[in-house]
Amino acid sequence: MSLMAEPTAEGRFGEFGGRYVPETLIPACMELEAAFREAWSDPAFRAELDELLRSYAGRPSMLTECHNLSAQLGVRVILKREDLNHTGSHKINNVLGQVLLAQRMGKKRIVAETGAGQHGVASATAAALLGLQCKVYMGAVDVERQALNVFRMKLLGSEVEAVHSGSRTLKDAVNEAMRDWVATVESTHYCLGSVMGPHPYPWMVREFHRVIGNEAKVQCADLLGGDPDLVIACVGGGSNAMGIFSGFVDSPKTALIGVEPAGGAAVGRGIPGVVHGMKSYLMQDEYGQVLEAQSISAGLDYPGVGPEHSYLASIGRAKYETVTDPEVIEAFQVLARTEGIISALECAHAIAWLIREAGRFQGQTALINLSGRGDKDVAQMMDILEPELAAGGH
Amino acid sequence: MGRLDTDFRAKRDAGRKLLVPYVTGGLTGWQDAVRAAAANGADAIEIGIPFSDPVMDGPVIQEASLRALTAGATPVSILEEARDLDVDIPLAVMLYYNTVFRFGHRRFAELLIASGISAAIVPDLPLEESVEWTRAADASDVDTVMLAAPTAPDERLPRICARARGFVYSVGLLGVTGERDTLASTATTLAARLKKITDVPVIVGVGVSNAAQAAQVCAVADGVVQGASVVRRLMDGGADAVGDYVAEVRVAIDAVASAAPVAVITA
Repeated sequence: MSLMAEPTAEGRFGEFGGRYVPETLIPACMELEAAFREAWSDPAFRAELDELLRSYAGRPSMLTECHNLSAQLGVRVILKREDLNHTGSHKINNVLGQVLLAQRMGKKRIVAETGAGQHGVASATAAALLGLQCKVYMGAVDVERQALNVFRMKLLGSEVEAVHSGSRTLKDAVNEAMRDWVATVESTHYCLGSVMGPHPYPWMVREFHRVIGNEAKVQCADLLGGDPDLVIACVGGGSNAMGIFSGFVDSPKTALIGVEPAGGAAVGRGIPGVVHGMKSYLMQDEYGQVLEAQSISAGLDYPGVGPEHSYLASIGRAKYETVTDPEVIEAFQVLARTEGIISALECAHAIAWLIREAGRFQGQTALINLSGRGDKDVAQMMDILEPELAAGGH
Repeated sequence: MGRLDTDFRAKRDAGRKLLVPYVTGGLTGWQDAVRAAAANGADAIEIGIPFSDPVMDGPVIQEASLRALTAGATPVSILEEARDLDVDIPLAVMLYYNTVFRFGHRRFAELLIASGISAAIVPDLPLEESVEWTRAADASDVDTVMLAAPTAPDERLPRICARARGFVYSVGLLGVTGERDTLASTATTLAARLKKITDVPVIVGVGVSNAAQAAQVCAVADGVVQGASVVRRLMDGGADAVGDYVAEVRVAIDAVASAAPVAVITA
């Protein structure tokens, strides 16, 4: 049996997970679980989703071998190009699945939270395609630093609401989306953007992203003749990591590495806690107040993590490491200059970790999930880097 | 069973409608607000323990929580201050589960009793997740109030009521705490569904916003929680404004109690 099987009936992965939500939402979570279970075992639903993933999202995403970066690091570096999906990140996999499911459940409206805006854009896209209303909650800080994605969502016909409570980032956007869902649960599906939240979300979202790992497994067999030594992915909530880990979790030779931002390291710095419907590692103070994450990357600016990551960490199957903002800024530039790929700041965390640690893995093969493209981050990076580039005579 | 359970059943059986004001702990003047509410006809007080991520709360209680946290309030400081309240009615805490979980179930239940608190309401701890907490709470005679929501199917309600101590908290509407212009129809329909199946006192909260709405609710239910309407008055007008408001609601629901005979409970 796979290490990434179904959670228990209570939605637990080991001691983590569960369903800690207001009573109002319990029937909706149960209904969603039943609907997902039924749809996921229905070949017609699977075929419809596969066709959308192929003809609309652009799957399968390819592998790119990084010859220049490999030579520089002494590690053979392979990228899984989720950045080339429609809407620019892996998020579309989950969103197409959830919105198809919402439609099947007769829901007319979805709400979503977003950090960097990638899940919001993907949700707005799927809602436009499948004819549902969509409202996206986004922390006011993120609305400012990801203005392009806000405009994209509006272009796609979605309403975007800036959230001014708390730290005004991703965790507060989740709170506000949950408050909306509590009030509108009969007509609305909450299209949660990561492998987090109450059962069945961590399981369902992982299943919708399993396609990343399934493809990569076959592609690695073709390219490498087997599994890579390392699979590396950035972790905020942890959906892209869960997707690619799923292909290799049962491969004994493959080390799984999740890379968290130093300022948002739920596994690295957290202890078990309960927020947003789940028990998982959580950055919190001695009284259980949730701490604010601090990261250059809006998509990883989250003090919690999906419960299955906590489980994989607790049994030692995956390792969770941190990188700092300056290391990420450096990695963002290294990938651009060596490979001609401008990555999202989120997955630049995975690159940054490998650049720093390459000495320990000489001659080995590393598969990195390049979960998103960097278009959304260019303006922010221009502010940081342009003075530097100018000083360097460019 | 704890004190809330004993008190509420006795008062309900004597024909009194039960009034439960909510006050955010740690907010400036909160202890005086609790005393004012007790002096003006409250039957119990819910003391809110502020949490960083209050997903069941609307803008007023979010603001109050933020103010209390910014002022340095912690669960420990609030429970210490609660010991000085010296009011003659049961006190409950309303808090999010991570506060309990972080302390440890048993340690938290013992801390509540040591602080003079007899009950706990944990809105993000549904029936399925409640076992560890209720075991510890029962052992310390802390009454755990369970919430029932308008979305619950019929088969679920008896299981919630069976686990409820003190009262069953009948959630008045689909949505978060806060004041509304009119009372949602769900406020009375859910209370009526609950009254049919349980002899645990049924108290309606969330979205019951003034004395008139409290009276509407009490025509069906055993009592009412007043949250945002109380907290807003505390933030705007201080403890006296809370006392005046509680007195006004008291009069309104007493009128309902004297107009209607006590419902006969068959369950």
